[in-house]
Amino acid sequence: MVSFARFVRLAVGACALLLLIVAVPAPLGAQQVNPTASSVKEQQLLQELNRIQGRVSIPDQRSGVLEQPQGRQWREFHNVTLRWIGGIAIIGMLAVLVIFYLTRGMVRLESGRSGRTLVRFNVYERFVHWMTATCFIILAISGLNITFGRPLLLPLIGFENFSEWSLWAKYAHNYLSFPFTIGVVLILLMWIGGNIPNKVDVEWLKRGGGMIGHDHPPAYRFNAGQKAIYWIVVIGGGLVAASGYVLMFPFYTTGIEGMQLAQIVHSIVAVLFVAAMIAHIYIGTIGMEGAFEAMGTGEVDVNWAREHHSLWLDEQAARTGPNDGQPQPATAAAE
Amino acid sequence: MARMKFLCDADRCIECNACVTACKNEHEVPWGINRRRVVTINDGKPGERSISMACMHCTDAPCAAVCPVNCFYTTADAVVLHSKDLCIGCGYCFYACPFGAPQYPKVGNFGSRGKMDKCTYCAGGPEADGSKEEYEKYGANRLAEGKLPLCAEMCSTKSLLAGDGEIIAQIYKERVMKRGYGSGAWGWKTAYRETIES
Repeated sequence: MVSFARFVRLAVGACALLLLIVAVPAPLGAQQVNPTASSVKEQQLLQELNRIQGRVSIPDQRSGVLEQPQGRQWREFHNVTLRWIGGIAIIGMLAVLVIFYLTRGMVRLESGRSGRTLVRFNVYERFVHWMTATCFIILAISGLNITFGRPLLLPLIGFENFSEWSLWAKYAHNYLSFPFTIGVVLILLMWIGGNIPNKVDVEWLKRGGGMIGHDHPPAYRFNAGQKAIYWIVVIGGGLVAASGYVLMFPFYTTGIEGMQLAQIVHSIVAVLFVAAMIAHIYIGTIGMEGAFEAMGTGEVDVNWAREHHSLWLDEQAARTGPNDGQPQPATAAAE
Repeated sequence: MARMKFLCDADRCIECNACVTACKNEHEVPWGINRRRVVTINDGKPGERSISMACMHCTDAPCAAVCPVNCFYTTADAVVLHSKDLCIGCGYCFYACPFGAPQYPKVGNFGSRGKMDKCTYCAGGPEADGSKEEYEKYGANRLAEGKLPLCAEMCSTKSLLAGDGEIIAQIYKERVMKRGYGSGAWGWKTAYRETIES
């Protein structure tokens, strides 16, 4: 058996050798050999696909991507474009609010306080709001640190301290993304009913709302401005969460180019989100008298409701009886 | 001082992966991390070429530019190194790198990627040259001993060249002139914004 196998191998070898002798002289005879004539060219491959990919024999198959120079564009975005967008959006918003506050001041309750209150947000709504808000503030600070910390904070506190702080900020950013995402989903579900745009919003916007205009256009539970905030939170929050998880779980959904794109979406949406939330915080605190109570104690003054959410007040009054002069039972108004 | 570079002569590389093995062994690189790898393009087709690739120690390195904590530094030999004490494992260098050089010990684990690891050009890290701490974090510091990176030193076909950019470019040019062909210095245009005219 063994000798037969050896014979077969010998025969095959001889045939192969014979073939080689017969076949080789043809190309050799065609003068000098240029093995690179048909070889792959770096610049050509880069022009075709903007990246070069091949096969690797190590287990990490992702390392088969040899070269992808588009990281340069991403670098330009991260180091230049994003800092401009973020700087203009956030500092611009702060500047607008400061000017607005100095010219307009706090929007007062025109008819003063009635002393009677009604429930605007119940305990569950306030819990979801503040959970999301707390996460958002930490996420925003830790996120801005990644983009602006190196030029602004690092020179002040030094490499070691900045690295230590950034490491904890990164952990906070990663782990708080989960309660934040849950918060965004709950906000989407619990307030979507009152946030579908309708005709009243058109009128409200035409009259400049309660901040810019000088009268009080009617509004249901949420006016057009609040609806805008709602959709910014839902859509913006959805986008930052989705793009953030792409970055958090590398290679689960996409390669490097997808992660660059995810980072671009994540950071642009995030800085605009921060700018919008600064405005939201302004209106909810020093921008408007009586507004903070809605999320603070959950109860607002009836006069506040009449001025800012007249149609909502009517709805609540209709539900609890015609006489809104009586103190509203908290349970009935809660919704 | 020299301007250290890598050059892989793809017309000589036989994809033996000795450079990969040498690197892993010299620096005791953990399982799952490859500071160097050999990529074969057009595998099994006419025009197939293999290229050994690691950190190219770029001019104006993108990793260093985007690092949020500024943990990278460039040595007098133009080797791009980083401090694992400062690295927060955010992955940004990884998005910016054109060559897939940055490696993470815990990729995909809830974003806690661990400290980034990459080719050091056998030049260690910020710790004292040849110290135990340096070896544990970054591997051997051959450059401090006057030796070149092991991957290139032990390349059997001398496909992978390491050393001063001017000198290895000259060696490559002479080769190309002598044999009459060359598929170029892979990655040089991306890394150094210049290539070798041949």
